[in-house]
Amino acid sequence: MMASTYNAKEEDGHHSGAVGPGGPGTIKTKKPDNTAFKQQRLPAWQPILTAGTVLPAFFVIGLIFIPIGIGLFVTSNNIKEFEIDYTGVDENSPCHVCSNNYAWNNTVPCQCFIPFTLSQPFENNVFMYYGLSNFYQNHRRYVKSRDDSQLNGDKNSLVNPSKECEPYRKNGGLPIAPCGAIANSLFNDTLELLYNFPNSTTIEIPLTKTGIAWWTDKHVKFRNPGGNNNNLTAAFAGTTKPVNWRKPVFELDPRDPNNNGFVNEDFIVWMRTAALPTFRKLYRIIHKNKDMPTLPAGNYTLAVTYNYPVLSFDGRKRMILSTISWMGGKNPFLGIAYMTVGSVCFFLGVVLLIIHHNYGSRSNNADIPN
Amino acid sequence: MAVRWLRSILPWTGGSTPRRKDHTPGQAEEERHVRANDRVYNERFSYADNRIKTSKYNVFTFLPINLFEQFQRVANAYFLVLLILQLIPEISSLSWFTTIVPLVMVLAITAVKDATDDYFRYKSDEQVNTRQSQVLLQGKLQNEKWMNVRVGDVIKLENNQFVAADLLLLSSSEPYGLCYIETAELDGETNLKVRQALTVTSELGADIARLAEFDGEVICEPPNNKLDRFTGTLYWCGNKHPLDNQSMLLRGCVLRNTDWCFGLVVFAGLQTKLMQNCGRSSFKRTSIDKLMNTLVLWIFGFLFCMGIILAIGNGIWEVQVGRSFWASLHWGELLSSAAYSGFLTFWSYVIILNTVVPISLYVSVEVLRLGHSYFINWDRKLYLASRDTPAQARTTTLTEELGQVEFIFSDKTGTLTQNIMLFNKCSINGTIYGEVYDDFGHKVDITERTPCVDFSFNPLSDPKFRFHDEGLLKAIEAGESCVHEFFRLLALCHTVMSDERNEEEELLYQAQSPDEGALVTAARNFGFVFRSRTPETITLCELGRPVTYQLLAFLDFNNVRKRMSVIVRNPEGVIKLYSKGADTIVFERLHPSNEELMSTTSEHLDEFAGEGLRTLALAYKVLDEDAFGEWMKRLLYASTELDNRDELLNELYEEMETDLMLLGATAVEDKLQQGVPETIACLSLANIKIWVLTGDKLETAMNIGYSCNMLRDDMNEVFIISGLTSQQVAHELRGARERILGPSSAKLSTAGKSTSSGSDSVFEETIIAEYALVINGHSLAQALDVDLEMVLLEVACLCKTVICCRVTPLQKAQVVELVKRHKGAVTLAIGDGANDVSMIKTAHIGVGISGQEGMQAVLASDYSFAQFRYLQRLLLVHGRWSYLRMCKFLCYFFYKNFAFTLVHFWFGFLCGFSAQTVYDQWFITLFNIVYTSLPVLAMGLFDQDVNDQFSLRYPSLYRPGQLNLLFNKRKFFTCTLHGVFTSFVLFFVPYGLNLSAVRDDGAHISDQQAFAVTTATSLVIVVSVQISLDTNYWTAVNHFFVWGSLLMYFAILFAMHSDGLFDLFPNQFPYVGTARNALAQRSVWLVILLTTVVCIVPMLAIRLLKKDLDPSLSYKVRVLQRASRKQRPQEQSLKRVRRTSSRRSAYAFAHQQGYGELITSGRNMKLRGSGHSADVSRAGSHTYWVDPVLKGSSDVSLQAELGAKDCSYTHSSTELELPPKEISSSGWITSLFASIGWAFGSGAASEGSHAGPSDNTELPGERTGGSSDSSEVPGDMNVGSSDSGEVPGVVNVSSSDISEVPGVVNVIYSDSSEVPGGLNDGSLDSCDVLGGTTEVPAGHTDTGMESGEEQSSVSEIA
Repeated sequence: MMASTYNAKEEDGHHSGAVGPGGPGTIKTKKPDNTAFKQQRLPAWQPILTAGTVLPAFFVIGLIFIPIGIGLFVTSNNIKEFEIDYTGVDENSPCHVCSNNYAWNNTVPCQCFIPFTLSQPFENNVFMYYGLSNFYQNHRRYVKSRDDSQLNGDKNSLVNPSKECEPYRKNGGLPIAPCGAIANSLFNDTLELLYNFPNSTTIEIPLTKTGIAWWTDKHVKFRNPGGNNNNLTAAFAGTTKPVNWRKPVFELDPRDPNNNGFVNEDFIVWMRTAALPTFRKLYRIIHKNKDMPTLPAGNYTLAVTYNYPVLSFDGRKRMILSTISWMGGKNPFLGIAYMTVGSVCFFLGVVLLIIHHNYGSRSNNADIPN
Repeated sequence: MAVRWLRSILPWTGGSTPRRKDHTPGQAEEERHVRANDRVYNERFSYADNRIKTSKYNVFTFLPINLFEQFQRVANAYFLVLLILQLIPEISSLSWFTTIVPLVMVLAITAVKDATDDYFRYKSDEQVNTRQSQVLLQGKLQNEKWMNVRVGDVIKLENNQFVAADLLLLSSSEPYGLCYIETAELDGETNLKVRQALTVTSELGADIARLAEFDGEVICEPPNNKLDRFTGTLYWCGNKHPLDNQSMLLRGCVLRNTDWCFGLVVFAGLQTKLMQNCGRSSFKRTSIDKLMNTLVLWIFGFLFCMGIILAIGNGIWEVQVGRSFWASLHWGELLSSAAYSGFLTFWSYVIILNTVVPISLYVSVEVLRLGHSYFINWDRKLYLASRDTPAQARTTTLTEELGQVEFIFSDKTGTLTQNIMLFNKCSINGTIYGEVYDDFGHKVDITERTPCVDFSFNPLSDPKFRFHDEGLLKAIEAGESCVHEFFRLLALCHTVMSDERNEEEELLYQAQSPDEGALVTAARNFGFVFRSRTPETITLCELGRPVTYQLLAFLDFNNVRKRMSVIVRNPEGVIKLYSKGADTIVFERLHPSNEELMSTTSEHLDEFAGEGLRTLALAYKVLDEDAFGEWMKRLLYASTELDNRDELLNELYEEMETDLMLLGATAVEDKLQQGVPETIACLSLANIKIWVLTGDKLETAMNIGYSCNMLRDDMNEVFIISGLTSQQVAHELRGARERILGPSSAKLSTAGKSTSSGSDSVFEETIIAEYALVINGHSLAQALDVDLEMVLLEVACLCKTVICCRVTPLQKAQVVELVKRHKGAVTLAIGDGANDVSMIKTAHIGVGISGQEGMQAVLASDYSFAQFRYLQRLLLVHGRWSYLRMCKFLCYFFYKNFAFTLVHFWFGFLCGFSAQTVYDQWFITLFNIVYTSLPVLAMGLFDQDVNDQFSLRYPSLYRPGQLNLLFNKRKFFTCTLHGVFTSFVLFFVPYGLNLSAVRDDGAHISDQQAFAVTTATSLVIVVSVQISLDTNYWTAVNHFFVWGSLLMYFAILFAMHSDGLFDLFPNQFPYVGTARNALAQRSVWLVILLTTVVCIVPMLAIRLLKKDLDPSLSYKVRVLQRASRKQRPQEQSLKRVRRTSSRRSAYAFAHQQGYGELITSGRNMKLRGSGHSADVSRAGSHTYWVDPVLKGSSDVSLQAELGAKDCSYTHSSTELELPPKEISSSGWITSLFASIGWAFGSGAASEGSHAGPSDNTELPGERTGGSSDSSEVPGDMNVGSSDSGEVPGVVNVSSSDISEVPGVVNVIYSDSSEVPGGLNDGSLDSCDVLGGTTEVPAGHTDTGMESGEEQSSVSEIA
């Protein structure tokens, strides 16, 4: 896109005849070496920004970006997404009761059921997210309140967690595992999805709770102390559970030893802190069925075991169901942005072309004063 | 400002630091007591010893002191504070390594540089400290190192030795305890000065025993830095003897023309006046430097503003959101007041936003300047082969200022001119000789290859003399009497001395005026050889025949008369007056019969003047014996007259010089350095104003002005300011201003000046007519007064050319200072001699011409090279490039750091103002020093918008630098705004994605680490694209660095996010796997692409718009350059400048008054051979030369015989080697001038040599006043008192009955450029240039510079 000319060895004014005493065997002179580098004559590409190169670039950008934008926009629109806020702010909301009498360590779980309807069937794999709003997982003090070394299964850090974890470092003299504010505030609502057949029978839709974390997190970053096959209870002996937790870390998923302890995927997902105060995290995957839509259109009930308090700081909790495409989840931003930028470039190109046509000849005039 | 303030508290320029601690603590030294040869007594006072130490460190103190110094820089101290802040856990928003890694790198680079510098200082200290001197210890002379010399020691100095400490002169080899010193290292004056020991001590002589017993005690002032003052008393043998500066030898001086002397050490080492004067050399800083410091302070302010905004935000957030959020997390312990949290946040943000103040900025700038300096050192086009001198950047901190020069102050002699005079043409009896015609009668330009006249017939000819016109020789052979008379005149009427000492060698002339040297040499080659002279006779060898003329009278030169004459009697007994002088003066005195010849000669003179030659008209007259005798009596009577002797003499001279017969005219070329007119033309096209500051006379300076094309006949007016009093000067200056501006606008401008200085420049621009200002030294002294200096400056800036003549070194500096202070422009001073040192040091940039008059100028300079013409390339190519590169570098640097850092600011609004970083900490650490440093350095080192040839061809390309257009506060705002915009895009485009980002396998990627990677990658790509757009000149290195940096980024990114590093340090590398997961996503790449385009496209559009609507000159030339490269570049040479001349007198004559009396008195004819003998024989030789004047012509015949013998001696024609340099011979003439000056009175001579306008030749009235000056200090010297027997300087003038009249002797103001030594050395050194041509052969080269180099290499081969 640049006009280019190669400036190979320009005439250099130092003909070999003039070298004189520089020849071999003669006395050393202080004459500087005649190298292209020292004489600043390195061969160089000297692009010049001209209308001839920039204007086509504008049009090309426009012509590429607009189709991409349209493609992205269409793809994004084809993604089906369903979102439901179950915080229970509204008095009519089924979860209103639970939201009010919350406590971190209520022994009796509070359950609420939220009915909803999907007007269209969800094909392929469907992903179930929980979303939190106004939750500052990106606050500096929150972010650094963890011990990666401990989470990686380091024995020393297990019993002697990093100071960064304060004030969630020790409890009653025992080190907390996992330590820190992030772990302590683990999202502990349980969401279940019930499909109400038209004939008013209800089945529970199977939710897969593995495969939701990054592979690297699951296999590299997070490790249980003393490896995976050992007895986790023993491995975590001498530590205590985080204050807000109901059960210790080695009981997060007692049935699946590969999803228990530090490598529990719900835990891992939570530990990957969000960049913005409004975020969503993958909760479960609903794998597709063979013959019928994964989630057929119809009536559903979201069964919430309401544990996680957000109302006190004006937070919101959501449940999101979404399908995905080649470019990820539903995201109208990219498509619109691409279309806008493409159009602006094109428009700019036209404007600049007009300006160049009318005024541009100035630069080509050789009215260069001496 | 703060930096400067800190520097002023602790200056660390060499030499100045240790000054204070030498005073005995608690009590300042009020009086110094020194007892000779009594170390025990003197040690009681703990005076400083003679060891000097300018180095700052030793091995052990280096680290602490250097670090201490470095942390005094605001930037470094700032980062140290940051580092400390980062160690506070509540505040620490970044790991300690993000600051310490860059800081350590920066400190290390600087420390290495400092250590090397200091090592060299240490070496030079050592070298000085271990110099040997002879100290009188235990009654014996012992060799001691300088550093072991103590106060109170008596030491012996020998000729040409450096004075080891400040000494009280006790005795010397010369009569009357005189000794000569050269003070060039102290005050830059190359002329010799005289010091005299007290009479009582000079009697000690070289008697070691008596010297060892000498126990005088000196009580004197404490150490100070006044070079020209000393007060003290010597107590010896119960007598008090007052002491003053006249008997002090200061450290740094060199003993000259004195075989030995003894001195008593009064001040030693760091307490010497030399050392007390050191440290004055101020640390030069460029305007960009100062701007940069201001900007950094602004950035600090900006940083604190951002910190405050975010801290307030944090307070509000804590109240509204944070409190309940923490409460819900049960994080009660950390909860505290919002204000406290805000306070902590403020510091946390100061830490993470610190990168807006680029830590590597200062180091990078230094690296760039170093690189640019090396490019100057390496440039072959700044290398002069004939002297093997490459250009040298002695300071590496000023390069970009070379691109901003607006004023050049140039010395004349040795800088613009070679100080070589060539007898070029002459007009004899109406015929011009010296021009060469081809077969068709066309005039041929004289070049190197033009055949020379063969002088081999003449054994005494000077082989270096070249003349191209055979006609003149033929005329001589034909015996044309006019021609003979012409050359006879040249051989007789002059003040040249022939060198008698080496008769076996070639004949050597010592001329105090190089013009005369050229004329006498011409006569010599044409067969009228000036052989020798006595006060009474002149012996010539006329066409092989020795002839001795009797010198009857010498009608001396002075500036009013503008001519000189001699009256001689030839062997036939005919008395003739030979006269030469300015054409206008001589023509007035011609016999009426010369009318016709006069008009022809006049035409010829015009022609010569038009070629910039210095002309003299020659005339003679045959005198009547009786009339002459009568006149001679009156002359003798007049010279005894005390009161108005000068007027009487002038009247008599006037009377004699009438009815002259015109012989012709000579034209001498004051050979310019190669390419001077072209360079000046080119530089003035670049809108650089060139002022010539010279010690030379008005006429000479103007003549050079014309030949350099600085003055032209088509100029509207040349104002010559030469008033003596303040009122006159003011009147002349105001008159000049009114002439230029017209009376109305002159008033307007004075009125406008008070309101705004801007109006001045407006007026300057509107002046289309060209004016020139020539100002004389004594007028300048008046004009530099506070109330006149603004007028002077205004008028000077309105004129196209300014020439200051007769200026002292101090005035040179004052003029530079004036412009520097009031014009706010970058000044450059260029010179070659010690008299230029002051202005070289004063100007922003000092340039020294190496290899002409010694090294003082070079040592004081910032840049040095061999020829004036290289200035063109230094400024227009190197300076311009350097400025351009530096500006682009700074713009980009600030842009980059703002784009990088402000992302945190935007993020603050979304993370509860918690000072959470967007990026990985490692990225923050490495961004500036690894990912983005090299491409911008490569641009800063190699970029060129147009190549060197086009830079030289279009000097107006230099204009933006002078106007400071490429980097100023406005530019800075643009850059930062651009950076802010980029950071905004960089944050909010990924933010848009992040709102609902999901991976293509459903997993969320809206986490903080993926966001960091996306933003960081976008940032690196955006800034790389930006540098690519900024780079005009893509060398392989640029490609390598740009692509390499990108590659490096990804390599390091993946390495940092790899499993292996995480396994080793899980807490330091928590980003494991992020790069892999994030960069595998299409949506992430789409975001990066989008970000890049959004950041770049507006810039492209704006640039294109600018190029279409208001293209810069540089852009136009670039387009032209590209176009011309497609077709073979047409060789276009700068139009050679030639002048057309109207009638004006080109009389110029580097001549000084007073030599006639020297010659007639014979004082400068002492026999050198007896110099070593004792006082008695010296005195004898002295009288020997005075006596003949009184005795008459008895020994003339003897002289004639001597001359005949020499004349018949045939010189081996094969012997062509150059004669050896005659430094000493030129030296003794100088010493004589000095001694005469001394004899005249210390008040005039020693002070006159540094006091400004002690310009006695032009101020006849002051001469007698000068003698009474000597009584100013009555006690110190015996000058002017009646015991003249002791005063060798008093001279008897050709008559015995004249008693000693101090006023008879003329003080010679000896400008160093005119010291014959300069000529002598110069002419021997550059003999290869003698025959060369100044004119660049047109056509086959495209710039004068290149052709010059080719030419010189041709001559080298030849």
